[in-house]
Amino acid sequence: MMADISPSTSTDADTEDKNRYQLQQLGAVASDGSDRPKDQKTLRRLAQNREAARKSRLRKKAYVQQLESSRMKLTQLEQELQRARQQGIFISGSGDQSQSMSGNGALAFDVEYARWLEEQNRRVNELRGAVNSHAGDAELRIIVDGILAHYDDIFRIKGDAAKADVFHILSGMWKTPAERCFLWLGGFRSSELLKLLINQLEPLTEQQLLAINNLQQSSQQAEDALSQGMEALQQSLAETLAGSLGPSGSSGNVANYMGQMAMAMGKLGTLEGFIRQADNLRQQTLQQMHRILTTRQSARALLAITDYFSRLRALSSLWLARPRE
Amino acid sequence: MDKIRELASKSAVVIFTKSSCCMCHSIKALFYELGASPSIHELDQDSRGNEMAVALRILGCNPCVPAIFIGGQFVGSAKDVISLHVDGSLKEMLINAKAIWL
Repeated sequence: MMADISPSTSTDADTEDKNRYQLQQLGAVASDGSDRPKDQKTLRRLAQNREAARKSRLRKKAYVQQLESSRMKLTQLEQELQRARQQGIFISGSGDQSQSMSGNGALAFDVEYARWLEEQNRRVNELRGAVNSHAGDAELRIIVDGILAHYDDIFRIKGDAAKADVFHILSGMWKTPAERCFLWLGGFRSSELLKLLINQLEPLTEQQLLAINNLQQSSQQAEDALSQGMEALQQSLAETLAGSLGPSGSSGNVANYMGQMAMAMGKLGTLEGFIRQADNLRQQTLQQMHRILTTRQSARALLAITDYFSRLRALSSLWLARPRE
Repeated sequence: MDKIRELASKSAVVIFTKSSCCMCHSIKALFYELGASPSIHELDQDSRGNEMAVALRILGCNPCVPAIFIGGQFVGSAKDVISLHVDGSLKEMLINAKAIWL
């Protein structure tokens, strides 16, 4: 009944070992070497186990192969992105802004913002080093001016991005979660920033203190005014859309609907203007602050602002990594 | 242009707006907050509104509304007014035009 599965050229001892091994494989002999015969049910079970194990091994192999090919693809994509960057597809300030943004406005902006942030951190670290090593005013002024000019860059980049995709900027999705908590018209509130600086900047002269307080008040007033305009916009948009509701069916109402939609589209178009004014406010506030303060004070202010935002971003990371049930 | 000048000289603060313009709403709110009482002229309610819009653009106001005049002088658009407010000049202009008092 046993098939002769051993090669005819082997010795008797070899043959017997081979037979035993093969019988073990078939499950007819227990692997501890005893010759206990198995009944049909056991044999079937053992065969099924082997089959399951074999399938499992094949699945694992397929999975690993998939991982390997995904890894290669990822490396390829990273290289392409690097190449694209070098070719200037996402670079700001080159040629036609709208062309480079329109295909993928949100993504392109996120990439630019990440790069801006990196550069900003580099500059601020340079400033920190200069302050800690008691550098002179002249050197500090160069670095501070550079940082302020760098802020101008991001406002310009945001402006272009808002033209391409205003809702992406408004959403704040390009910022970390904790920063988004404080989002106002697509960015930070200058008035809040000044509030936290006032304590950090002592000693201030009477004149400086007054000027900073006035600046804080002015920026707050401008923020409130812009907020009111936004509310008016929301209300107007809601009324326009509600106005297009009505008894359905007649062709007059289709024309009405189209008209209302066109009006609503026009209103959405004004959102970009609000972002522009909000960013202009941020920019002007930073520059006025710099005018009021001495170089050294401006340096400390910029360090404080950067530290604050760094903490917000760190908080976001902690939040995202928190253990969950 | 004459009508613009004429209207602009009638009050200490004059703002040209359009009823549908929400940025105009913002600028109006800012002046009210500062205690000024601007005269508002809505171009879309004026028979010569289109001409006036063109005239404002010629003056350099882009977008043409809101267009702000203080003491009869063209000050600028929303962006200009906000910038002037931030550096403290706006209040000074309003005081000089007797639109507000300290």
